[in-house]
Amino acid sequence: MSSIATDANAPLGEELAREAAHGSYLAEKGVLSWILTKDHKRIGVMYLGSILLFFMVGGLLALAVRLELLTAKGDLLSADAYNKAFTLHGAIMIFLFIIPSIPASIGNFFLPLMLGAKDVAFPKLNLASYHIYVVGAVILLYSIIAGTMDTGWTFYTPYSTQTGASVIAATFGVFVLGFSSIFTGLNFIVTVHKMRAPGLTWNRMPLFVWATYATAIIQVLATPVLAITLVLLIMERMLGIGIFDPARGGDPVLYQHFFWFYSHPAVYIMILPGFGIISELITVHARKNIFGYRAIALSSVAIAVIGFFVWGHHMFTSGQSQFAGVLFSFLTFAVAVPTAIKVFSWVATLYKGSISFNTPMIYALAFIVLFTIGGLTGVFLGAMSVDVHLHDTYFVVAHFHYVMMGGTVIAFLGGLHHWWPKMFGRMYSERWGKIAAALVFVGFNLTFFTQFLLGAQGMPRRYHEYLPRYALLHQLSTVGSQILGIGLFIVLIYLIHSLFKGQKAPANPWEAVSLEWQTASPPITHNFVVTPRVTSGPYDFPEIDSHTAKASEGG
Amino acid sequence: MSWSGHTLSHIAAASGPWLPSASTSAERVDSLLWFITVLSAFFFVLVVGTMVVFAVKYRRRTPGQKTANIHGNRTVEIVWAAIPAVLLVIIFARGFHDYMDMAVPPGDSIEVRVTGQKWFWSFTYPKLGINSNELVVPVDRPVKLTMSSMDVIHSFYVPAFRLKRDVLPNRYTVMWFNPNQTGTFDIFCAEYCGTGHSVMLGQIKVLSDVEYRKWVDSGGGMSGEGMSSVDFGKQLFTRQGCATCHSVDGSKKTGPSLVGRFGNVESLIGGGTVTVDDNYLRESIMNPGAKVVVGYEPVMPTYAGKLKEEQTNALIDYIKSLGAKP
Repeated sequence: MSSIATDANAPLGEELAREAAHGSYLAEKGVLSWILTKDHKRIGVMYLGSILLFFMVGGLLALAVRLELLTAKGDLLSADAYNKAFTLHGAIMIFLFIIPSIPASIGNFFLPLMLGAKDVAFPKLNLASYHIYVVGAVILLYSIIAGTMDTGWTFYTPYSTQTGASVIAATFGVFVLGFSSIFTGLNFIVTVHKMRAPGLTWNRMPLFVWATYATAIIQVLATPVLAITLVLLIMERMLGIGIFDPARGGDPVLYQHFFWFYSHPAVYIMILPGFGIISELITVHARKNIFGYRAIALSSVAIAVIGFFVWGHHMFTSGQSQFAGVLFSFLTFAVAVPTAIKVFSWVATLYKGSISFNTPMIYALAFIVLFTIGGLTGVFLGAMSVDVHLHDTYFVVAHFHYVMMGGTVIAFLGGLHHWWPKMFGRMYSERWGKIAAALVFVGFNLTFFTQFLLGAQGMPRRYHEYLPRYALLHQLSTVGSQILGIGLFIVLIYLIHSLFKGQKAPANPWEAVSLEWQTASPPITHNFVVTPRVTSGPYDFPEIDSHTAKASEGG
Repeated sequence: MSWSGHTLSHIAAASGPWLPSASTSAERVDSLLWFITVLSAFFFVLVVGTMVVFAVKYRRRTPGQKTANIHGNRTVEIVWAAIPAVLLVIIFARGFHDYMDMAVPPGDSIEVRVTGQKWFWSFTYPKLGINSNELVVPVDRPVKLTMSSMDVIHSFYVPAFRLKRDVLPNRYTVMWFNPNQTGTFDIFCAEYCGTGHSVMLGQIKVLSDVEYRKWVDSGGGMSGEGMSSVDFGKQLFTRQGCATCHSVDGSKKTGPSLVGRFGNVESLIGGGTVTVDDNYLRESIMNPGAKVVVGYEPVMPTYAGKLKEEQTNALIDYIKSLGAKP
């Protein structure tokens, strides 16, 4: 148990009461105290509110898209309205929701706490990160809604250089958003290197920190490439320079290379923090040490590195060279190995544990089911000959929703429930938590599993209307989306309700060991009364039977 | 594993409205697809099954219940990294091998040029002097497609053959196949290209050798021999892609419905009016941006150089035959 080096004779309760007397981070009132705050916890909460808002907007768009697809004919929306809807859905979900999601909310709130630090390395940069995000969001939304953006979130050329849509404004919005991501990443890297509490060695860091660290490296290295790509696109449209447009001597496939060079590592920005959360949820709610700490920690770094070299697996049918395709395929399979290791390790962690089926653990178990499906279907897409059939079909749509939503969003929801008592000092309703989780799980599978079958049958993506033979599967998928939407909506309701009426949370409701739990719920502004000294690991639960022979140190 | 994959894919093909497996490439892809499916199902059951067993067996029965002091196990960790690695290499190798076969057309392939544009496909057989809007080929012979786009990136996808390749505006891309079943199969555009992306459909007709000979000898069915001008025009109306954007039942699509238009006076974008007569129809086909009716975008592609005189006449005769307003 990590000990807080302060008055060793005072019982914990008195210490915490003294901490609370220093003032919860939520105490100070007034709008300015929020928008000019340098407190990483407040910044995390502002991010949380924003990303949940955009998740809802993106989700409503998804419901609209799926509603149109209930019938084979394009009868609810015109083709152009539909194309705008799926473009808006993708752009909002990727740039305004999922890329920031875990790092900017849970990461911002808990990275310093888990390290025993007072704040991140650069608090003002952190605030700037949030404001840049807001500005970028406003630009992106305005340009898509007021303009006629219909290129898909991928902005492929030459369609995007020729179409009369507000491409310049939208890509500029994404350009601005990129800086928010880069600054957060930079902040986190320095914080992890420089601000760990005494005794907190790299090998004693919670795995969520390792995951966030690996994510931050990708954010810093990959995002600038997207920024430059979008600048080139803007220059092409404004100045008529031929970079991607063949009519001006450019190469459209070059755009795809630049775009996917960022956007593939971006998916690891999306999933790695989710992996980090799962490690936390499983250990705490099974009261057991993680199986294979070193393997899980280093596999995050391995995924981050290898992830930079697989972008061409989005382009097997693009006309890129076959030789390049072979390399990309091989490395794509290589990156599957560290990923599989994590999944096996989490299941192994349950062995001889003491498992509590509360909402965070339910989400963790759901993650293992859904992410395994998502990951295995990636194998289909990594195989070059099979990808030729499945590329640009609903199989791909199903795959990425399984890993991004069945993976990241499920992990995010699990983490949100796990850390909700710490962030807001309130317990959520366990009963509603379980009901909503069940609806989300059932609705999600009905929505997206059918889409694997649709894709295997040849149904292309981004289609506004389709041939009647695909109708049944589409209808099942739409029904699923309604159930999923209801489940998520219930989560929103009871979480907001808990802020006002929820049972007051103790400092450590789950009796966890990592540092964020060794302070009040909600934490005081400066996180800890006295900087903690760490003498053991983050998963050394009292239930672990030290008399059982420690299995050979594998990792 | 390929024999079981082969069997399974035939079972799948036979059991109802599954996608036909209509070419040599389709069989190879299905075989690997089934192999991966079986392996995935096995590992899914293994992982999730173990998870469920552990979740039930090690559920917390008493508070403070003891847990085992396990940090890892080197042997287990090596084995569960090595086995997936080996299986993945096998899958990679099969995918790579089949992909390379799919990349190299046989020397005796029938050559067809494919042109994609917003929003229809057209096909030219250079050695036969045929232009067609359907891809017609004989069974059991290799066909090589050399493809390019007139505007944005499209993608030529034949699900029944499990084949697709992007169609680019600045260079040619090549695809080949050998159909082993007669029948008519869908062609989809598989790269988002704007308003008409979901209706950019085509058909590939795989004929017996005898039927294919007849089609070639008839000039690819674009000569209108043996049919009235109106009927020929009606055939061309679908095959040339007109029907993608113009309905004949009054419903508004990307372009105006053509029923009951002939003889009308229409208002134009930019002011002025036009009477819909033979010359306006001809102008709309050859120079569609010149006079666009109010309420529509100037997105129609030109057919100048694509239609012979008798084909243009037939189309105009057909449109005239659509008569008065519904």
